[in-house]
Amino acid sequence: MLGRTAGGLFWMFRYLERAENTARLIETGWRIALTRSERAETEWESVVTTAGLRDAFLAKYDSFDPQSVVNFLLRDRDTPSSVLCTLSAARSNARMVRTALSSEVWEATNECWMAIKDALSRPVTTRTLPEILAAIRYRTAVVRGALHGTMLRNDIFAFARLGTFIERADNTARILDVKYYVLLPSAAFVGSSMDNTQWETILRSVSADRAFRWLHAGESSPLAIADFLILDQRMPRSLAFCCAEIGDNLAMLEREYGERSPCMDLAQTLCQGFMSRNIDEIFEDGLHEFLSDTLSAAACLAGQIEQDFRFNG
Amino acid sequence: MRLRISHKTTYNYDTPVHYALQQLRLRPRTGHGQTVHDWTTEISGATRQLSFEDQYTNQTDLLLADDGTTHIEVHCEGIVETTDTAGVIGRHKGFAPLWLFENETARTKPGPELRRLARDVANADDTLAQMHALSATIYEQVTYDIGKTDSTTPAETALAAGHGVCQDHAHIMIAAARLLGHPARYISGYLLMEGLVEQDASHAWCEVWTDSLGWVGFDVSNRICPDDRYVRVATGRDYGDAAPILGIRQGMGQEDLHVALQVQQ
Amino acid sequence: MTESKPHLDEMFVSEGAPRAPYELYHDWFSGEDIKHLRRKSAEAEAFFRRIGITFNVYGQEDADERLIPFDIVPRVISAREWARLERGIEQRVRAINAFLHDIYHRQEILRAGRVPKELIAGNEAFLPEMIGVSPPGGVYTHIVGVDLVRTGPDEFFVLEDNARTPSGVSYMLENRETMLQMFPELFTNMKVRPVSDYPRALRRSLAASAPPCVTGKPEVAVLTPGIHNSAYFEHAFLADQMGAELVESTDLRITDGRVSMRTTQGYKPVDVLYRRVDDAYLDPLTFNPESLLGVPGIMDVYRAGNITIANAPGTGIADDKALYSYMPDIVEFYTGERAILQNVPTWRCSEPDALKYVLDNLADLVVKEVHGSGGYGMLVGPAASKRELATFEKKLRARPANYIAQPTLALSTVPILTQKGLAPRHVDLRPFVLVSPNEINITPGGLTRVALKKGSLVVNSSQGGGTKDTWVLGE
Repeated sequence: MLGRTAGGLFWMFRYLERAENTARLIETGWRIALTRSERAETEWESVVTTAGLRDAFLAKYDSFDPQSVVNFLLRDRDTPSSVLCTLSAARSNARMVRTALSSEVWEATNECWMAIKDALSRPVTTRTLPEILAAIRYRTAVVRGALHGTMLRNDIFAFARLGTFIERADNTARILDVKYYVLLPSAAFVGSSMDNTQWETILRSVSADRAFRWLHAGESSPLAIADFLILDQRMPRSLAFCCAEIGDNLAMLEREYGERSPCMDLAQTLCQGFMSRNIDEIFEDGLHEFLSDTLSAAACLAGQIEQDFRFNG
Repeated sequence: MRLRISHKTTYNYDTPVHYALQQLRLRPRTGHGQTVHDWTTEISGATRQLSFEDQYTNQTDLLLADDGTTHIEVHCEGIVETTDTAGVIGRHKGFAPLWLFENETARTKPGPELRRLARDVANADDTLAQMHALSATIYEQVTYDIGKTDSTTPAETALAAGHGVCQDHAHIMIAAARLLGHPARYISGYLLMEGLVEQDASHAWCEVWTDSLGWVGFDVSNRICPDDRYVRVATGRDYGDAAPILGIRQGMGQEDLHVALQVQQ
Repeated sequence: MTESKPHLDEMFVSEGAPRAPYELYHDWFSGEDIKHLRRKSAEAEAFFRRIGITFNVYGQEDADERLIPFDIVPRVISAREWARLERGIEQRVRAINAFLHDIYHRQEILRAGRVPKELIAGNEAFLPEMIGVSPPGGVYTHIVGVDLVRTGPDEFFVLEDNARTPSGVSYMLENRETMLQMFPELFTNMKVRPVSDYPRALRRSLAASAPPCVTGKPEVAVLTPGIHNSAYFEHAFLADQMGAELVESTDLRITDGRVSMRTTQGYKPVDVLYRRVDDAYLDPLTFNPESLLGVPGIMDVYRAGNITIANAPGTGIADDKALYSYMPDIVEFYTGERAILQNVPTWRCSEPDALKYVLDNLADLVVKEVHGSGGYGMLVGPAASKRELATFEKKLRARPANYIAQPTLALSTVPILTQKGLAPRHVDLRPFVLVSPNEINITPGGLTRVALKKGSLVVNSSQGGGTKDTWVLGE
């Protein structure tokens, strides 16, 4: 496979994952705004921060009012991370690697782009938002479904999955890092009801609220939430899960190519960081430090993958 | 005459080179009054990829810079036996048609100055006399002057400015000869200079097609037709076709070029 | 842009009476409901958009990725009509390859005075860099598209040859695919010769032209300028169908005297490059140094015999409009036979008498740029306003050698499906020809382009033309 094709696949799926994650963040913000209107502005601010777009947003708007935030995150043409731009980039990459995709995956991606572009051609209002968010979730899920149902499990598949999980790990770590303070034991002392809302927000932004409740019989604690999102291997958006998937896909490349690359060692080190520690130890060493380290390790791993498989030369 | 030639071209880069190609036209052929003995090309900092004969039958080599190099050196060495043919090269060889050498190129595109020059020598008895007159006129009007022009300077510009080097002399003569209806071509090669072994550049002159003698060489800069002190290396419509080294390089950084040439008996 | 001369309608002899090749289709059509067919037609469009068969229009920045309209009424050609065309095309393509070999070697045809030297000497399509190159197997044009128009039951004219990088074959294939899906019953009733073998034949043909240094299975790759190119869909489609890598210039570099592509496991040599990049951009070391689409050094590798480039660089000299009028002589010179396919009569404006005639009759003629393509920069006399005629006259006088002129032929029509039912529209035909060292393969059919505007003669997709599926019937 061409190095450029591997890179195109990797980024195509990173962008799809990113679009989906942004939609989920907006959905969470939206829910908070509906149920706890007094906290809405702060919540929208943290949504923008989690998306990594605080500076870009403030360059255009003065306050974090819902209309501005939602339209900015969904359809701003100058912001590469807006859903519109990420989906456009995903589709451009898909066009570039078209010969590597099954026709189902290509068509699902193309239709996803056409549908969302059309839906986002007008400003998003309170009335249209739920429908649009649902469409984004649905359309990206169709692409993923086509990928799983129609693609050979070879290097093409591995690069697509690597992109997905690098992006997802980055996203989960970012969500936790923006709100890590509400998970600290010291925050629990305050004992206000605010924390519950915040915990719920965190769970919702990774679509894990129901799963968590089900596993913990309605009892929540900061430690349990952190454990669930960082170390629980059953949870498909947890850092440990993403890490294991990255490891598996790199191992598949190692088998297929018959050659071990430096990124595989990096991934192994990263995985061991999760395997060898429990949540108490992570808190003891500092949750924020742990999350920052994970974020930079993931970025470093992505760079090494890019280099080892010659995405750009 | 038995000429011993050593031609060393050195490139130094201030940042490591990751991808660069160089096309060499540095191998003289036997024929046209010269016989080549023991010609070698030694290369460091780059690797020869392939060799071929180009459309003007020049022996061409393609080099690829070694990844990360900061220094490329091409050293050609050998002996060439020459005979004096009074500049006459004779019949046309190869598939490149004669008419190709009547076409203008970017470097030999005529403007008002070249047209004037061609007009000035138009009234000659025959092609040969006309070309001698042309060569002499160019020598008078364009002073040999290093550093005022470069390898991309068009003939028209050099003529208008009134100075240039052997390459500009050749281009001007080629352009004017073509205006007068004669096929003309560029030659790059070596020249044995009296009392001067070390040279810092190779030489260039031109050849014009005459119906009576075929190709005849003219070295404007030295006001003669090439004799047994001359070694022909490459030919083409202009410098671009016959350049000793033509390169392309990816990335930034400065390149420093140095040429050490020795031609001796 | 209208034209009122009497012309051949390929489907109907007269109202309600079909010509022989269309009889079965007509029977079927008469039993169909127009509304239902209109719906099918809309479905086809949605299908094309979903799979992304789009093209980008040059000079229109915003309108990226437009669809070429597809008409669901097929164009039907009988076995007998096709057999004659096939012979004519094969003869012409053989002559084109012989001409290219000659023009880049001894130029016997110029020495013999059959083609004036000036046409080659002053021609930018002649590439000096190709002088003396003998491509593997002697094939210069691996893929040729011959544009034909029809004026009568047995009268086909060659409008132009496409010997550089003929495009449109993906539409031929997708149009058929769409028709098969929408109207399977038609194909069980009528013996339509398949076109689906084209990608396999293309790969076979390219592989057969691999350089002699290749020992194993040749590695074929398609070189595209990238996703912003107007024909990107086709590049990806063909690479996909052939099972070949789709490469961009940034994927390629020189390694070990070969052109190699950067894979996830290092550089791997390419044996045959089906390039969809124009000559001028192919090699910045040899041609345009500004080109970002090309591969520096590829011409050197080519001259050294270590890669096959399809089509060979410099093949444009064979389809140059200035040479077009000499094609009958060229065919005769190299094959020793009279040309089976006719040329459209052509006035070369470089010749004073011809120029005078053209200027005197401008309103009746079609005038084309010698180097133009895609229907840009041409004048359709009968359709032009007084002012357009006057402007063009100035251009003609300024650079006469830049133009040729042809009469407006009474082009045949094939009906398209409109709101009100069938309506005749002018068509042309581009069959696709594959040339390998051992055979010439012509896919039965080709791309039928149709002018969708009533009376219009311009079929180019960039100028509002559409396409049709082309059916060649079996014996």
